[in-house]
Amino acid sequence: MMVKEYKTLETEVRLPYRLAYGETWTRFFEGMKEEKILGCKCSQCNRVLVPARSFCPRCFIDTDEWVECSQEGTLVAWCLTNYRYYAQPIEPPFISALINLDGTDVNFLHLIGGFDLSDLEAVRKKVKNGMRVKAVWEREKRGHILDLKYFTPV
Amino acid sequence: MGRAVAIIGVGQSKHGKRMDVCYPDLVREAVVAVFEDSGLTPDDIDGVVSGTMPSMMEGVAMTHFYFAEAMQAVGKPILKTETCGSTGVSTAQTAYYWVSSGMADVVLAVGHEKMNEGDSQATMTTVMEPFYQKYFLSGAPGVFSMQSQGWSVRFNIPEEKVREAAAVISVNHHDSAFDNPYAHVKVRLTVDDVKNAKVITYPIRLYDVCPNSDGACAVIFASEEMAKKLCKKPAWVKGVGYRGEEQFFGDSDKAVWPSAVGAAKEAYEQAGITNPRKELDVAEVYNPFTYQEMLFYECFGFCDFGEAPDLVLKGVFSRDGELPCDPSGGVLCTNPIGATGLIRVAEAAMQVTDKAGARQIPGAKMALAHAMGGIDQFNGVLILGSEL
Repeated sequence: MMVKEYKTLETEVRLPYRLAYGETWTRFFEGMKEEKILGCKCSQCNRVLVPARSFCPRCFIDTDEWVECSQEGTLVAWCLTNYRYYAQPIEPPFISALINLDGTDVNFLHLIGGFDLSDLEAVRKKVKNGMRVKAVWEREKRGHILDLKYFTPV
Repeated sequence: MGRAVAIIGVGQSKHGKRMDVCYPDLVREAVVAVFEDSGLTPDDIDGVVSGTMPSMMEGVAMTHFYFAEAMQAVGKPILKTETCGSTGVSTAQTAYYWVSSGMADVVLAVGHEKMNEGDSQATMTTVMEPFYQKYFLSGAPGVFSMQSQGWSVRFNIPEEKVREAAAVISVNHHDSAFDNPYAHVKVRLTVDDVKNAKVITYPIRLYDVCPNSDGACAVIFASEEMAKKLCKKPAWVKGVGYRGEEQFFGDSDKAVWPSAVGAAKEAYEQAGITNPRKELDVAEVYNPFTYQEMLFYECFGFCDFGEAPDLVLKGVFSRDGELPCDPSGGVLCTNPIGATGLIRVAEAAMQVTDKAGARQIPGAKMALAHAMGGIDQFNGVLILGSEL
């Protein structure tokens, strides 16, 4: 039996937004311009949280101590994205990763890069949980999370 | 806990790529089905709960208003519940709370999604915190892949073993979908097909991932008094649990996952379950990704951490195993997101009332239904039983 085709409406919803970063995010992204990864330490649980937060999510108190975090850390988890969707902010293939920066108590989400990603088997051999990685910066800065280009194996 | 509550009817639309119907008509399919199943009419309903993904999925906001007629909500109180992937379980729990509190006697819960009309992963990106995390999480597959990858290495599970077990899960669920008249994807696969499929987000491959589905599900919840009056064989809600985590993906442990562990623990305590693998007869685990399904088995106490792949390979969670999981084919074969969690609840209710047809687990009396939502942020669990 032939399936009858009905009409469809081609449409889109487009709305402009202007999202407020507020004090803490603003300072964090200013730090990006200076090649600094800024975190905050909670005075109650003593955890170093990165990226910086205005309050500790667990103790619910203001975090008033700023910390410049290490640019090196340990790989905790990763995946290689090899598919596309509408308005994807980063061109695939790319490796997303959770990285535990030295001296911090949460995992920092960013990219692993600096080597060829086209051969999956080669990537599998190279990228191992527990390996040491360090930050690589873009030359031109714009106060953005991608001023930090990626983390690369040490 | 408040008053006892039972499920007295379930209804599903035909799920799939449904460009043959507009969205309200799709919703109405499930609502008509639930009235047919329960023998009730819209006059019997005290209130309606509706659930869906964010408005960006279909480009229409406040869909519970759009569906007022389709859900027969005109002249009744209406609530909307929205918790991303766990929406369906949250919708069920909202209806449960409403009846259990004594503020309503009969409540209709409806979940719905038309994923093929928009871009699901672009929609997921709008769920993410906009300044930092959205650049790196690449939709649902990126999130769940990273979680699964971290889990398997944490527990020293050889990559080949995880891949093999994931492939067995995929083959089983795709086979089961043939026994489910509502299922979307119906394809026979071999373990090698799954293992060698195209990589989506390494280590996850094509047949490890759920489809984009259009579909709706409706479930009627009733008080003890009304359930006994209106239904010969109700499915009783024995326990409900729900837990959330920080929105920062790196803040909590995604391998020993606090929200999944906590939601199950709360539901088990209410239901009096101490050994879930023994006491549950069937589980409808929210499984959009094969790898992640194994992580849930462990978080729900079906086995120890790191043990799930071995037990999958032994058949413990297969249709004829000790604790069959997702005999419906699960989310892996059918995923209209706003409906998906409610489908888990409906399937669990059908199992404990012996109405699951070809996918029935013989003699099932106690079932778990689950859904997970957000950027690995929320988990919800219901336990349903055949006895009050």
